Amino acid sequence: MTRYIAQRLLILPFLMVIYSFVIFLIIQAPPGDFLTAYVATLASSGSSISADQIAALRHQYGLDQPFLVQYFLWMQNLLHGDFGLSLEYQRPNADLISEQLGLTLALALFSFVLTWAIAVPAGIYSATHPRSLIDHVLTVINYVGVATPNFMLALILMWMAFAYFDINVTGLYSPEFVDAPWSFARVGDLLFHIWLPGLVLGIAGTARLSRIMRANLLDELNKPYVVTARAKGMREWRLVLRYPVRLAFNPLVSTIGWYLPALFSGSLIVATVMNLPNIGPLLLRALINQDMYLAGGILLIYSFLTIVGTLLSDVLLALIDPRIRVES
Amino acid sequence: MAVAGSDAEDRVAVASNWRLVWWRFRRHRLAMISAGLLIFMYLIVLAPDFFSVQDPERTDARQAFIPVQMIHFFDDGSLSPWVPTITGKRHPVTLRMEWVADPARKVGVRFFARGYSYRVLGVFETNVHLIAPADPTQRIFLLGSDRLGRDQWSRIMHGTQTSMTVGLVAVALSVILGVVLGGLSGYVGGKTDQVIQRIIELLQSVPTIPIWLALSAALPRDWTPIQVFFAITVILSLVGWTTLGREVRGRFLALREEDFVLAARLAGCSRMRIILRHMVPTFASHIIATSSLAIPVMIINETSLSFLGLGIRPPAISWGVLLQEAQNIQTLALAPWLLTPGLVVIVAVLAFNLVGDGLRDAADPYSN
Amino acid sequence: MNQETPLLQVRDLRVSFQLDEGVVRAVDGTSFDVMPGQVLGIVGESGCGKSVTMKAILQLVDRPGQIDTGEIKFVRADGEMVDLAKLSARGATIREIRGGEIALIPQEPMASFSPVHTVGDQIIEAILLHSHRWEKDGHKITRRAAREITVGLFRDVGISMPEQRVDAYSWQLSGGLRQRAMIAMALSCKPRLLIADEPTTAIDVTTQAQVLALLRDLQVKYNTAIIFITHDLGVIAQMASYVVVMYLGRVMEQGPVDAIFHAPKHPYTRALLRSIPSMYGQTRVALPVISGTLPHPFNRPPGCAFHPRCADVMPACSVGVPRLLPVGDDQLASCFLHHDEAEPV
Ligand SMILES: Nc1ncnc2c1ncn2[C@@H]1O[C@H](COP(=O)(O)OP(=O)(O)O)[C@@H](O)[C@H]1O
Ligand code: SF4
Ligand SMILES: [Mg+2]
Repeated sequence: MTRYIAQRLLILPFLMVIYSFVIFLIIQAPPGDFLTAYVATLASSGSSISADQIAALRHQYGLDQPFLVQYFLWMQNLLHGDFGLSLEYQRPNADLISEQLGLTLALALFSFVLTWAIAVPAGIYSATHPRSLIDHVLTVINYVGVATPNFMLALILMWMAFAYFDINVTGLYSPEFVDAPWSFARVGDLLFHIWLPGLVLGIAGTARLSRIMRANLLDELNKPYVVTARAKGMREWRLVLRYPVRLAFNPLVSTIGWYLPALFSGSLIVATVMNLPNIGPLLLRALINQDMYLAGGILLIYSFLTIVGTLLSDVLLALIDPRIRVES
Repeated sequence: MAVAGSDAEDRVAVASNWRLVWWRFRRHRLAMISAGLLIFMYLIVLAPDFFSVQDPERTDARQAFIPVQMIHFFDDGSLSPWVPTITGKRHPVTLRMEWVADPARKVGVRFFARGYSYRVLGVFETNVHLIAPADPTQRIFLLGSDRLGRDQWSRIMHGTQTSMTVGLVAVALSVILGVVLGGLSGYVGGKTDQVIQRIIELLQSVPTIPIWLALSAALPRDWTPIQVFFAITVILSLVGWTTLGREVRGRFLALREEDFVLAARLAGCSRMRIILRHMVPTFASHIIATSSLAIPVMIINETSLSFLGLGIRPPAISWGVLLQEAQNIQTLALAPWLLTPGLVVIVAVLAFNLVGDGLRDAADPYSN
Repeated sequence: MNQETPLLQVRDLRVSFQLDEGVVRAVDGTSFDVMPGQVLGIVGESGCGKSVTMKAILQLVDRPGQIDTGEIKFVRADGEMVDLAKLSARGATIREIRGGEIALIPQEPMASFSPVHTVGDQIIEAILLHSHRWEKDGHKITRRAAREITVGLFRDVGISMPEQRVDAYSWQLSGGLRQRAMIAMALSCKPRLLIADEPTTAIDVTTQAQVLALLRDLQVKYNTAIIFITHDLGVIAQMASYVVVMYLGRVMEQGPVDAIFHAPKHPYTRALLRSIPSMYGQTRVALPVISGTLPHPFNRPPGCAFHPRCADVMPACSVGVPRLLPVGDDQLASCFLHHDEAEPV
């Protein structure tokens, strides 16, 4: 088990190197660079900048170097924890990212917990009461949930809240708390605001997860070991929770590997629509303005979270499933 | 199962397999309804102008945010469809235009009537439309108008063409990639399999949405809408093929062991012939089912990308592009009909999912 | 006829499955008795409804199956007689009886343990569920004590290194060990009736002989009544004192083992016997070779279910269903060769 985890951890740096190269390729790909965009902005606002200054800036940022040199410079800095300077904000990228990272993670985790808290019981109910009225209702909700893009749901909820209740549900804080220092009141305010985006973000996942849970559990309920447990004289609900649910759960755990990362990147769209403090909108701006090192840094973090998510789910699966644990 | 039998035998085996799938599919009522709906939507894809009431690009600043004009089919008990006239008044304080429907003044509506002229599939020219105002000088807005006074109904028809096509083409590309690479992986095995498997794993562990955004942002700004359209399609399918590739590989691995392939090989059939005649038909139904479940994912992705401004770009029209108009909540409160493209997205995705599930059950009644 | 009260009386039991394709009458009017301490063998081709009958006894028939009619009278430990067919499948009474008074060794030992719990865990759970059967002087039994009991049971059923094996997962055990563990679980609450559903089908011949010997020893030791199910007449001859022959959900013939083997009255029993090369041979006969094939469960033949394959078929056979009636000392058969009473329609 320890060896298995160690192996996975050893591969992690190699994966990150591959990803970083691909990411660098992508952020380098747009024609022109930040300075071209910057000059254009300056020109449109009436001010101008001399060719010498541009050349100096280009040199300062290393934009005049060949591709591979730029990549190695970037990697070298990254290894020292230096994410470079945002060309647009003129601040260290590391600061910009870390300001948003905490809440990005909090939103994803909150949504994750919400998803599981809803999906698992719903799936269990549906599987143990197949073709019942509630099962049918849940099925309809599931289909619609999967079919509704996150941002549509966000738009609809925001519009209804605004049009019918005259409240603005954007942001993660009430206005008085936006710039306030951390306090219990602020945390409370955050918890009050986070559930709506959390729900919006998780709705498709909830629907999908409860479908998986239902299908798995239906499968497991037909296995002979369930008959064995019944033949022992166990109470039905206890038996269902202890045996088939436990087994139906395992494949679900392996979905954490893709679901958690999907939440991180999914929050990008919801955060943009609902105006949440999140690295998503930051990435969007960076991409549009060709703030390449900021974009690159954020993409790297997304990749890192993705790998860690997959690793976590594999380890968790090995922990709860003895068949995998013994083999690895 | 025919063992390297005559071609006629092969055909019977394959045909009856398809027929079985069809019989089982027919039993899913919702899936059948959804299939009908999708066929209708693809008719719109073929000739969006026929279904449009107005030129989708026609703007008129004085007719911005006109609300939905409900169509009434009967006039005084006789069949004579009409919509109420909308009259505007400027609010004295907010200076905002306020539109009121006036049912006393009716605008007649005709089916298969003449309107603006267009080309069907770029070939022949006509000016017949499914719905058009009886008086061609009138403008009617069945789903309201947007900020620039463009007709939402007609724009949705054109958005349907783009979005449904993106989904279809992206999945077609994915299927080609998935079947070729997955088939290679499963049939050849060994090193090839190893390499392809690693690539699939790598692609599957990529944070999809951010990478899509980054790739889309990398598209040159001066590309034509057609170029952007194809680039977005390719970007979407680049990641999408991996699931299919995996599935195809798994089926090849399983099939490789099966007797009839071995028998065919012993009978001296060439590899290609084995693949085409025996292996592909047996899982073609599964590929179709999986594809029809992949199309809605593509549609949602295209819509999301375009909504964020990184997918299909105006002047091209897609559902996502239309939804950009609904970004502002204040505007939305004023003109909720701007959300209608979203409802179309939901309905289309729902229909694809239902058809896909129905097909999957029909193709493989024992799984699940 | 035996004068004792039977431990279990099954009367005209009918179980059916409502499927989309039609109704499957898996058990269609089955009757038999089990005496205290008796080993009853039930034999029949696979698919004839043996397992469904056993599940019906414990109210374990899976959806969409249901018990339509019939009685399953069982004498409980306190002497009270209950009709198991009338009990609620989730009620307290049936749960006390399951495992506690009637234990089941399911047909598929491979999949009958949960793969993510140790076998010990699952047996300890059974002991704790019916802990009053182990309580001494009113003391509640602890988990540790239950574990001790499990180790003892493992030793009794001949599992070597019982302390370690208690903590093994089922997939770490060989087929024979798994079957022994299953037997240990079934015995864990000292049941008065043990149902063994084809306990030797999935294991190799040597282990099979050991398991049979074990069951015989345990039966003698605890004087437990056993319903022993198999499609293998050779095994029946070694195990049972009384035999029930089933075909398509009905009892064709029943009688003491000697009568069934030496003086079979029913054409189906005779056909079964003819199909074994040597009656007491060790070779397992997979399926008896009888002309014709087993009918599809959806279209049962009218009249005597066996008539399309019967060598002695008469015109009456396709009209009425022959009743199960005495044809000798303690022997019954349902065949118009021996009487002409048909079931009332
Ligand atoms: N869960 C079920 N659903 C539908 N039919 C079933 C089910 N279980 C058993 N049957 C039907 O009941 C009949 C008897 O099955 P069973 O009792 O398992 O046979 P066996 O004598 O081999 O144990 C079979 O023909 C089968 O078709
Ligand atoms: S009743 Fe008729 S068909 Fe049935 S076993 Fe007897 S003789 Fe054969
Ligand atoms: Mg059976």
